[in-house]
Amino acid sequence: MQIGRVVGTLVSTQKHRKLEGAKLLFVQPLALDDTPRGAPLLTIDSVGAGVGEKVLVVIEGRAAGEALRRKAAPVDAAIIGIIDRVDLHD
Amino acid sequence: MQIARVIGDVVATVKQPGLDGQKLLVLQPVTPDRQAVGRTLVAADATGAGVGEHVFFVRGREASFPFLPAEVPVDACIVGIVDHWNVEA
Repeated sequence: MQIGRVVGTLVSTQKHRKLEGAKLLFVQPLALDDTPRGAPLLTIDSVGAGVGEKVLVVIEGRAAGEALRRKAAPVDAAIIGIIDRVDLHD
Repeated sequence: MQIARVIGDVVATVKQPGLDGQKLLVLQPVTPDRQAVGRTLVAADATGAGVGEHVFFVRGREASFPFLPAEVPVDACIVGIVDHWNVEA
């Protein structure tokens, strides 16, 4: 899983039927010091996240599909948690 | 998933039988500020997309899911056509 920040929304009327009703959000992956890492991803939101929130993202098909609660959904990234805080001890 | 612009199509007469009837499109992945990013790739299409449109696509094993129960040997597939998006700077 990765930590990221929700940076945007996307609207698509014509999409695969297994994605009907899915909320699509752009997530910018972050390093642990909150600096952006790589390009933003397009994800399915399963927890009601909003723009600006820090979230936990799975980037793997099976887990992302389970987030949508539909079998064999063609998705490969999903938001599965809204992060309250990250504590590092070292 | 990633967003991309459709920049072309691929015609292949000789192909694996699982690919029969599949439309193959050339994608240029883009960032939300519409800059090209990364290498172009060929993707199957599950949405009826065309050249010039912005789409989003999945990679990997999930790319073959739209065609189940047919087993289509692809590793990238367009699963949505983008109407619009909004990203905060």
